[in-house]
Amino acid sequence: MIQFISGQSFLDFIALICLTLGWYIQRGKKGGWAIAVLLAGATALIWVSAGKGGIDKLAIFIVLMSAVTLVCYALRWLLVRLVPLSLVPIFRSAPLTTMFGFLVIGACLLMIIFAPHIAPFSESEVVSTAYAPADATYWLGTDQLGRDMFSRIVFGGRHSILLSLTATVVAFFLGMFAGLFAAIRGGFVDQLFGRLADVFMSVPALILALLLLSILGTNLAVLVGVVAAIYVPRIFRLTRSVAAGVVVTDFVEASRVRGEGDWYLIRREILPNTAAPLIAEFGLEFCYVFLLIAGLSFLGLGIQPPMADWGSMVRENAVLISFGDITPLIPAMAIALLTVGVNFIVDWMLKLTAGLKDNS
Amino acid sequence: METGDKRLLEIRGLRIEAVAGDAVSEIVKGVDLNLNRGEVLGLIGESGAGKSTIGLAAMGFARAGTRISGGRIMFDGQDLRAATDAQLRALRGARIAYVAQSAAASFNPAHKIIDQHVEAPVLHGYQSRAAAQEDGIKLYAKLRLPEPDVIGFRYPHQLSGGQLQRAMTAMAMACRPDLIIFDEPTTALDVTTQVEVLSAIRDVVEQFRTAAIYITHDLAVVAQMADRIKVLLKGEEVEEAATEQMLAHPKESYTRKLWAVRSYERPEKSRVSDTSQPELSIRGLEAGYHHGPKVLHNVSFDLHRGMTVAVVGESGSGKSTTARVIMGLLPATSGEIRLRGEALPPSFRARSKDQLRRIQMIYQSADTALNPRMRVSEIIGRPAQFYANLKGAALRSRVEELLSLIELDPAKFYDRLPPELSGGQKQRIGIARALAADPDIVICDEVTSALDQIVAEGILRLLDRLQSEIGLTYMFVTHDLATVRAIADEVVVMQRGCVVDSGRKSEIFAPPHHPYTAQLLASEPKMDPHWLDAHKKIQGLSLERNEFS
Repeated sequence: MIQFISGQSFLDFIALICLTLGWYIQRGKKGGWAIAVLLAGATALIWVSAGKGGIDKLAIFIVLMSAVTLVCYALRWLLVRLVPLSLVPIFRSAPLTTMFGFLVIGACLLMIIFAPHIAPFSESEVVSTAYAPADATYWLGTDQLGRDMFSRIVFGGRHSILLSLTATVVAFFLGMFAGLFAAIRGGFVDQLFGRLADVFMSVPALILALLLLSILGTNLAVLVGVVAAIYVPRIFRLTRSVAAGVVVTDFVEASRVRGEGDWYLIRREILPNTAAPLIAEFGLEFCYVFLLIAGLSFLGLGIQPPMADWGSMVRENAVLISFGDITPLIPAMAIALLTVGVNFIVDWMLKLTAGLKDNS
Repeated sequence: METGDKRLLEIRGLRIEAVAGDAVSEIVKGVDLNLNRGEVLGLIGESGAGKSTIGLAAMGFARAGTRISGGRIMFDGQDLRAATDAQLRALRGARIAYVAQSAAASFNPAHKIIDQHVEAPVLHGYQSRAAAQEDGIKLYAKLRLPEPDVIGFRYPHQLSGGQLQRAMTAMAMACRPDLIIFDEPTTALDVTTQVEVLSAIRDVVEQFRTAAIYITHDLAVVAQMADRIKVLLKGEEVEEAATEQMLAHPKESYTRKLWAVRSYERPEKSRVSDTSQPELSIRGLEAGYHHGPKVLHNVSFDLHRGMTVAVVGESGSGKSTTARVIMGLLPATSGEIRLRGEALPPSFRARSKDQLRRIQMIYQSADTALNPRMRVSEIIGRPAQFYANLKGAALRSRVEELLSLIELDPAKFYDRLPPELSGGQKQRIGIARALAADPDIVICDEVTSALDQIVAEGILRLLDRLQSEIGLTYMFVTHDLATVRAIADEVVVMQRGCVVDSGRKSEIFAPPHHPYTAQLLASEPKMDPHWLDAHKKIQGLSLERNEFS
C-alpha cells in the first residue's frame, strides 16, 4: 500500500483527481463519483494484470485525456468570448467533443501552413538508417528508407488534407449547382442530370477510381478530378432533394411570379435555406474523400513518391507491424484523428440544423 | 357536501412556465377552473393565451419545454400533480380523453381507424377487443359517420377531415371518459363540415353526460357548445360567466373587443358605371392539374376598379385554383383573362414584366410565404428594385414608406428576419411585398384564415384603408362569410369548380338565395347559443326530404 502511494504511482492519484474534477465541472456530483469509482476499479484491475508498468501507462493516458479536456474547456471559454454576440448561445451549448474537433482541425491548419517551419527535416531527405527507433532527434523514428517520420507526417498531412479539400470543394460546387438547377428547372434537365448521376453511382467507387486512374495516369490534377467525379452524384442527389422541398414553398413561388431569373432564385431564395444541411454534408464528404485518397495512396495510385502522404506511409511501413512496432500506426492514427475531429463538428452542425436540444 | 360530489375537476392557482435554456417565462399565471360532471366549459382567447396549455394541464400533462410550477389540479378527488406516472396513465384515455386540432396529424396513417380506436379500451381493461370494436361501430353511427359498419376498417387517408375529426371524437369516447378536452377540433374545417362535426360532438357529449373543456378562438362555435365560457388573455383569466350571460353582457373591455370583431362591416361600394371597362375580366376559364380531371368549369367574372370581389366556397370548390390560374401559376386550358382589355398569356412565364407587376398576390400562410433567411428590407425592397429599378437611398426610403403604410415602425422592422415577427406582422410584410410592386390588382388568398380574430380584423381594416388610399382592386378568396361581410363589394360563390351565384354583396346576403348560397349562409355559426339547435331542425328536415326524393 505504501509502495502504491509513493513513487511513480503517485501520478495516478493526480490523474484521478484531475479527471474527477473535470467531470464535476461538466456533469455535476453524480457523474464525478461514477467516474471516480470506475477509475479506481480500472486502476486496481491493471495493477493486478499488468503491474507497475501498466499503471504508469494508464496514468499517462489519463493525464493526457484530462489535459485535452481542459484545453477543450479553455477553448470553449475563449470562443464564447471571441465570437459575435449572436453566436454566443450556439457556442456555449456546444459539447466538448466539438471543441476537440476544432482543436484537431486547428492543429492540422497550423501544420499545413507552417509545414517547412515545423518539420525538422525535408520529406524526402534520407537522414538516418532505416527503421531507427524514436529518440530526441527523430521524434517518431525513421521509415523504411531512413527518412524522418515526424517530418513526413507533417508534410504528408499537408498533401493529403489539401488534396482532399480541393477534391471536396470541386465536387461540392459541381454537385450543388447541378442539384439546385435540376430542382428549379425540373422536367428534362432534372431527368438528364438524375440519370447521369445514376450511371456514375452504379459503378462501385473504388473500381471506378482504379479504372479512371489507370487510363488517365496518376498526376495530381487527374486525381482531384477523378475523386471529385465520384462524389459529385452523391452531392447532386442530396442538394436536389433538399432544394426540392424549398422550391415548392410560397416564397419561391412569389419570387418566380415576380419574374425573377434562375440565378436570383438559387442565390437569394434557395441556397440560404439549404445551406445548413449542405455544410454538414461537406464535413462528412470531406472525410470520405480523405479516406478514399488515403486508400488510393495505399494501393499506390494516389500521391506518388517521394511525396509523403498519410495513406502511402501506412503501406510503406506496413511490414513493421509484425515486429510489434507502432510506426505504421502513426499515420493511420493521424487519419483517424482528423476524421473523428471533423465528424465531431459535423455532428454538432447536424444537431444545430435539426434544432435538436439536449434535455440535460 | 353536495357540490363536492358534483365537482369533477378543480384547478387552483395553476402556473405553467416555459423553459428555454436558462430563460424561464410564465405562460399561465395563476388560473382557477372548476368543472362539474356533465358540464361543458368553453375556453377562448387569442393564440398565446394559454388555452391549450391549460387544457393539457387538466390531464396532468405539460408539453416538452414547459413545466407546471404551481397550483393544484384535482380530478375527482385525486391530485394530478402528486400522481405517479402509472396513476396518470391509468387516467388518461380511460377517464380523461383528448381530441386534438388536427385529426389527420393525430391518427397513425399506417393503422386502420378501428385498430386505433380499440387500443385504449383494451389496454385499460375496459372491454375485450371484439366488444370494443362493436362499441366503436355504434359510436360511429351515433356521430353520424357514413357507413358506420365499414368506415372503421379504412385507413386515415381514406377519410375526409370532418370524418376523421368525428372518428377521433369516437375514439375519445371509447372508454366513456368523465372528461374530454377538445382542442380546437373544428378550426381546420370549413363551415359546412364544421356544423356537422359540432352537432355530432354535442349530441354525444349530451347523451353520455360527459364533461368537456372546449378550447377554441371562435366565439360563435363556443356559444353553441359551452354551458359556461372563460375568456383568457396572456395566461390570465379575463372573466367567466354562463354562456348566455357572457354573450349578452360581457363585463370586461377585452371581451367586448373580442365580441365586436365580428360586427366589423364596411359599407358596400358600387361600380363607377356598369359600362366601364373592368380592371380584370375572366371568361370561360377551364383548368386542371396535370392529366387529372378538370377542376374549373367555365368560370367567368369581372373585377372592377377600386372594388373588392370575394370568391367564396368550401374547400375543393376551386376558389384558390381560380386565383392560381389568374396568376398564371396554373395555365388555363381554355378561356381568357383580360387585364384592362388586353389578353394575358395563360402562363406567367409568357407574361411581360409589366403584366406581372400589375397583378400581385398575398398568401394564406405568411410563415411559408416569406423567406425565413431574408431580411424585411430585402423582402419588401426586392420587388421595388426589380420593377421600378430603385437603388440605394431611393430604395431605402421606398421600403420605409411601405413599412409606415402597413403600420410597422421602419426603424424597428427594417432589419428583422421573418422568424422574429408575429403572425400578424408577417402577414403585413406579405401585404407590403405586394404593394412594393405598385400593382393594380391584389389577389388575397385566405389572408386572414390563419390569424386570430382580433389580428385578422386589423389586417382587414388595413387592406380596406389601403384600397381607399391607393385605389387597389381586390380579389378576396375566402371560406369565411364574416370576412366576406366585412370587406366585399361583390361576391362570387363557387361550388365544385363552377360559379353558382354572383352579384353585389347586398343581393347575395339577402333572400332569395341560390340553394348552395343558402346552405353556406345557414352553416355559418351565429353568436346565438340556440343557433345550432335551430340549424339542426332545418337540416333534419332537409335530410328527410332527401331520403324521400
